[in-house]
This record gives sequence, structure tokens and C-alpha cells, in this order.
Amino acid sequence: MKALRNYLDKIKPNFEEGGKLAMFRSVFDGFETFLFVPNSTSKSGVHIHDCMDSKRTMTIVIIALLPALLFGMYNVGYQHNLAIGSDPGFLMTFIYGFLAVLPKIIVSYVVGLGIEFTVAQWKKEEIQEGFLVSGILIPMIVPVDTPLWMIAVATAFAVVFAKEVFGGTGYNVFNVALVTRAFLFFAYPAAMSGDQVFVRTSDTFGLGAGQVVDGFTGATPLGQIAIAGKELIGSFQATNILGEPISTMDYFIGLIPGSIGETSVLAILIGAVILLVTKIASWKTMTSVFVGGAVMSLIFNMIGTTVAMSVSPLDHLFLGGFAFGAVFMATDPVTSARTETGKYIYGFLVGAMAIIIRALNPGYPEGMMLAILLMNVFAPLIDYYVVEANINRRLKRAMK
Amino acid sequence: MFTFAVKLHINNFSSIMANMIKIKKGLDINLKGKASDVLLNGGKSDSYAIVPDYYNGIIPKVVAKVGEKVKAGSVLMIDKNRPEIKFVSPVSGEVTAVNRGEKRKVLSIVVKPDAQIEYEDFGKKNVASLKGEEVKDAILNAGMWPFIKQRPYDIVASPVETPRDIFVSAFFSAPLAPNFDFIVKGQEADFQTGLDALTKLTTGKVYVGIRKGSSVRVNGVETVEVEGPHPAGNVGVQINQIKPVNKGEVVWVVNPTDVIVIGRLFNKGIADFSRLVVITGSETTERGYIKTIAGCTINSLVAGKILEGNEAVRIISGNVLTGTKVQKEDYLGAYDNQITVIPEGNETNDFFGWATPGFGKYSVSHSFPTWLVGKNKEYVIDARIKGGKRAIIMSNEYDSVFPMDIMPEYLLKAIIAFDIDKMENLGIYEVAPEDFALCEFVDTSKIELQKIVRNGLDLLYKEMN
Repeated sequence: MKALRNYLDKIKPNFEEGGKLAMFRSVFDGFETFLFVPNSTSKSGVHIHDCMDSKRTMTIVIIALLPALLFGMYNVGYQHNLAIGSDPGFLMTFIYGFLAVLPKIIVSYVVGLGIEFTVAQWKKEEIQEGFLVSGILIPMIVPVDTPLWMIAVATAFAVVFAKEVFGGTGYNVFNVALVTRAFLFFAYPAAMSGDQVFVRTSDTFGLGAGQVVDGFTGATPLGQIAIAGKELIGSFQATNILGEPISTMDYFIGLIPGSIGETSVLAILIGAVILLVTKIASWKTMTSVFVGGAVMSLIFNMIGTTVAMSVSPLDHLFLGGFAFGAVFMATDPVTSARTETGKYIYGFLVGAMAIIIRALNPGYPEGMMLAILLMNVFAPLIDYYVVEANINRRLKRAMK
Repeated sequence: MFTFAVKLHINNFSSIMANMIKIKKGLDINLKGKASDVLLNGGKSDSYAIVPDYYNGIIPKVVAKVGEKVKAGSVLMIDKNRPEIKFVSPVSGEVTAVNRGEKRKVLSIVVKPDAQIEYEDFGKKNVASLKGEEVKDAILNAGMWPFIKQRPYDIVASPVETPRDIFVSAFFSAPLAPNFDFIVKGQEADFQTGLDALTKLTTGKVYVGIRKGSSVRVNGVETVEVEGPHPAGNVGVQINQIKPVNKGEVVWVVNPTDVIVIGRLFNKGIADFSRLVVITGSETTERGYIKTIAGCTINSLVAGKILEGNEAVRIISGNVLTGTKVQKEDYLGAYDNQITVIPEGNETNDFFGWATPGFGKYSVSHSFPTWLVGKNKEYVIDARIKGGKRAIIMSNEYDSVFPMDIMPEYLLKAIIAFDIDKMENLGIYEVAPEDFALCEFVDTSKIELQKIVRNGLDLLYKEMN
């Protein structure tokens, strides 16, 4: 550690203004602060600072994402083996999924961080760590069979047009990972929906080759609900990819087809606990999303003219990307409402909107992504009214 | 349209019982290096100085000449725009230097003290029989006007105005702050006289905020008991809770220790600027109170009291949140009653600090295990910023340590954008930079919030006057 510090100090002058490697200054700086907390001291203002910084914030979000990511990897292997009718054991199942998911993480990070590093260097700023979270969210919210080049294109689009043009981390209007997902969804709809994309049936690096078993169907439960229409009302039964019936408990555990990180409510809840205990995510936003979703599903239950409307609130909250969106995406502090009252309203509307899209729009089996993006737009408006309420109260005080 | 959870409450002020404020939001940073209520030796300074930078809202014009003999109370400097505001020598002696910086900016006016202090005679006065104008003139002439600051703008008050009310917070709540109950011991009469003088300057009331359980007793003013963590003792917080400043209103604030000096002027007829300064901080060997005179050198206060080690230390005139970084040859801050010495920390290399669990590191966030340790553990915190500067990312960080009916994040954004309407609406007239000190401490994005507020207030003042 001491040697490393000395080495960094030795090579540092090369990266300063005028040094021969000055063009990589931001990158050097990024790696230096990655290894050592910067020891610069305050010159004016408060003399002591809290140990919390944005690197730590992002790190904790990533830690919170790990259970869902690891479970997602296992589930990729599990669904694959179910589809080809083999059982290579826990470890091989996980390794299959790990190998299928890893390239997506690498592509997302390389493309996104590449752009971030370039922009930081160009603007002569420090590298911001916001993409560390976006970069791991992106592979977790896409179907497993998304081609890597699509992820690369979509990530580049999102980082440039949803983030850097606004000024970087802290200034973006839309959640960057969700913009990536939306770009994929609208640019390559065939690769993003339907029943062929959520289960990987081909081999990964030669691993897990095999023939798909008879009776295989790759539709997600939400996909099944969406196409069930109104004929099956009362008799609808979601099934796994082999056509066997599945229940709410299966939704909770998460061994069902879906985007890589979103299926297991259990794993997501572990992440939610980490985020709430460390107070990094707002409990107000998070719980309001669930409340909003539950209330909206109850309302649709009362109407109940289609299968999508008659899905129970609990199933709605467990299925698809609802829990994942509520815990990890709606709580993004930059794009969600920032006032305390605003967080209740914002969260509630995200949850309600997601269920409305699911229930009323058969074209989109899942509504979470669109609901959050839509509310990203409205978050400043919600905050505006909350701030106005404060202003009005203060004005009234002056009138007295 | 929306109902807010009101976390702060004020008792009914018309009731006969003592007025009470209970503050819930805030933070007491439990630093190592508390001083006990003892007097220490020291404080004999070989030079005294007026430092214009310690005052806000004045343009210095030096009237004393180098080599001139002065008494304690002789004018050294005036405010160029408001010449009635005088800055006087705290001791008798010889003016040895007028130090200037770039563009001939006055840095300090230095006086070498005599062995025995001679005082200008301002004459003893019975405050009760004086009119407001007479009190005002007495304070102006003795060079004590700069003690009086005003809100809005947090600058030296304008003598031509009459404030709605005057606020004195006799509760120092900042980290390691002095104990006013100890300071005032033996000077109760001067404190009372000072407050009596202030009551003559306003048509409204003089409010004195005291710590809950404090033994300070005063008459003729509104006493308000304050309870809660820092910044409960900040006068801005108390104003916001007691009677907030609206647009067009002006209130004045005075430090309780400076009220004592004003009281002394009337009781003794001299400008006696002596005061108690508390020496605190983890890097000190001896902690307690030193009797000294305003404008003394830092060295006269800390000599022989700083831990001599290999690591660099930082000496702060004031507390760790709002104080000024000083060197030993600098002079005590004009409004300061405290010296804090903490480690500089610039030699510390924290390997993978953002990823390691971080036992023993102080943070209000729950992402370090310190919150499990409890509140009694004392921390040594050095001057490192501990992170890179970022845009505002996290929400609600500031609110939790900002006990005013003001939305700090939105006010700050309005100041950055310099949107005057928004600033006014969101409460710029009520705040001073010190009110944002805790926000700056907890800020994940490491933004210099106090500086933003100071610049905003200065710009707004220029715009409005």
C-alpha cells in the first residue's frame, strides 16, 4: 500500500498540466481517488467533513444490487437448463448464467465509462462515479438474449443524450439505465419482447448446448397475462417455461423467466434492506411505489374485465420489473422528486402508472419502465408545487 | 395544498411561563478535545490588530498613522461609506504597521501595546436615563458598533436604521463551543447593562436565547429557553423559530460576549475589549479559558498548548464549522471566543476508503458503522474533505440538519442561479452562511455551501442598495 502510494506519487507529475500524459489526467485522477481517498484538506468553509462521499454512495448501491445480480445469473442458467431438459448441478448452472451475463456487464461498463472518461477529460473535470451504478443496472434490466452490440449502442445513446448533454451526474432528467432500456425497447422491439428473448436456449461459449424440450414456451408470466385477454378470466393460470403452473411463491423466489436481475423479489428485498438501513434510498419513495401499485391493482380488481385487471395486488407487485424498479430505479435521487412531500406523490404515481400500463395496454405487458420515465418528467413539477406551498406559507406569515 | 409534518414547535409566547423552543433537527458532532471550565495562563500578546476581513459589509478607511500613539478606544479605522462606524484600538500603544495586500487592500492595522493600558474616557453612563440616540452614539464612539450585525445580509448593522427586534443567543452550541454560563460568571452586571442598552435601540423587543438548564438570568428582555442539538444555538435558527424576518424587516444580532463589552462601556466608561477565549480541540495539550483582549495574536493563546507531533495541525479561530483557518502570527477573529486545533490530515492515505467498512470514521450516514457505536464516543476529525466535489446528488441531506422553515436545497439553487425573486421567496433574508455550516459538513457532494450563501448575500446587497 505504501509502495503503491509512492509509485503513484512518482508517476503523478506526468499527468499534471504540461506533463507528457496530461491528456489522461482525469483518468489518472479517477484511478488515484479510486485507490486512495483524496487527502486534500479544506481551504475555506467547514474545516471538518463527514466521511461520506459519492463514491461510497455508489458503492453501497452496487452492493445492494449484488444479490439480485447473482440470483439473476443463476436464474439464467436455471431457465436454460429447464428449457433443454438437463440438470448439470448448482455450480454449472450458475457458471452458465455467469458467462451469459458477464459480457453484457463488460460491454455496458466499457462503453459507458469510456464515454464518461472522455467527457471528463475533455471538460477537464474529475470522473464522476454515477455510471458505476447505471453500468450494472443496464445488464440487469435487459432480456438475456439481447445482442451485445445493441447494449453498446443503447448505452452510448443513453450516456450521451440522457446524461452528458445535461451536464453529467446530478443534472440528468431521466434515469440513465432506463433510457438505455427504453432505447432498446423502441429501437429493437423484436429483441426486447415476445417469448423468445427471456430464456437463453443456445449455448454460452460452448457450455450448455442442447435441444429445447417439447412443450417449451419462453413467455414470462406478464406476457402470458397480457395475451390472455378476457376469455380466460377466472381460469387463468400462469405457467413456467415448460407449461407447469406457478404461483405467487414462485414469483417471490424468482425462478421464472424475465429480465436478468428483476425476477427475484427475495433478492431485491435484500438490496432494499441495505439501501434503507444505510439511508441511501428514500423509504418514502420506495414504499409509496408499492402502495401506489397495490392501490391501483385493487381498483382494477374491482373492474376486473380482463385477466390483467384481475391479477391480485401481491402478484402485480411481485411480477416483472415492479419490485426492481421500485427499489433501485424510482429511488434514484437525481431523477426522482427531491422534496419530502414530493417523494410520496412521486412514488405513488410511479406505482399506479405502472399498473395502469400493464392492465390497460395489451401491447406493453410491463409498465414499470415507462411509468418511471414518465414520472421522471413530472418530478420537477411535483417539487415545484411543494416548494410553492412553502413559499406561500412564508408569504402568508409576512402578511400577518 | 400540502400539509407538512411540523417537527418544531413553539409554546405560546403570551403565556407567563418561560418561552421554550425545542429543536429536533440538527447534529452535535462529538469531537475530542472539550475544554473544562478552568482558567489558563496566557493571552499576553506582543501585538494587537484590527483585521477588516473579519467584518462583512464594510469598506475600510484607515485613519491612524504608523508611529502614532493611541489609547484603548482611539479610532484606527472607519467604514468608508458610513464614517460613523468606527473601529478602535483595543489597547494603548503605538501603531506599528498598516499592512496592505493586492490593490492596497487593508489586511491589518497593528498596535504594539504599552505595559499598562491607558483608556480613552467615554464617561460612565446610566443606561436607564439615556435615549436611544444617546446609546447609539455612545456605542458608535467607543468603536463597538461592529459588534452589532443585521439580518438580512449578515453584515455590520446600519446605524441609521431601527431594527424590528434585537436577538442575542447566549447558547453556544457549535462543536467544542465555550460555555456562556462560565464566561458570564462575575460579569452578570455588565451583561445586564449591555442588554438594557440594546433595548433602547429597538422599538420591538430584545430576545435572549439561553440554553435549557442554563443559570443565566436577565431582566427587561424576552428570555427564550432553547433545547436541542446544534444549530439550536445559532441566532438565525432562534429568529426563525421566535419571529422570522420577512422581506423589508431588519433585525439585529449581537454575540452575548460582545454584549458584556458594551455593558462595560456604560458601567465603567472605558472601551475594555477583554474577553475569555476557550482553547479546544484534539491537538491541544491544555484546554480551558484564557483571558485576553480582542485582536490578540493566535500565538499568545496557543503557545505551548499545541501537541507537538510529526503531523501538521490546523489552528482555527472559531469553531470547526464556521471558523477561520489561521497561522500563529495571525490575529483572533473579531467575533470569536474560541480556538480549535485539529489535525490537518494531509499526510493520511486512506486506501480504498470508500469501500472498506470504515470503523471509527465519523459519518451521519448509516453507511459507516459509527452509527451503531452510540453518541458518547468522541471523534478526532481532521481537515480532509474526504471526497471529490460533485453536483448535488442526494436529496434531503441538508434538511435533516437545518431546523428552519426554509428549504435549504432550493434556496441554495436559487442563490447559485441568482434568481432574486426565488431567493426572496425562499428565505434569503433570514439566513447567514453559518446556518448552512452543518449542511456543508454532511454534504456528500462536498460543495462549499457557506461560500455560496456569503457570495449570494453580498451580491444581493449590491443589487438592492
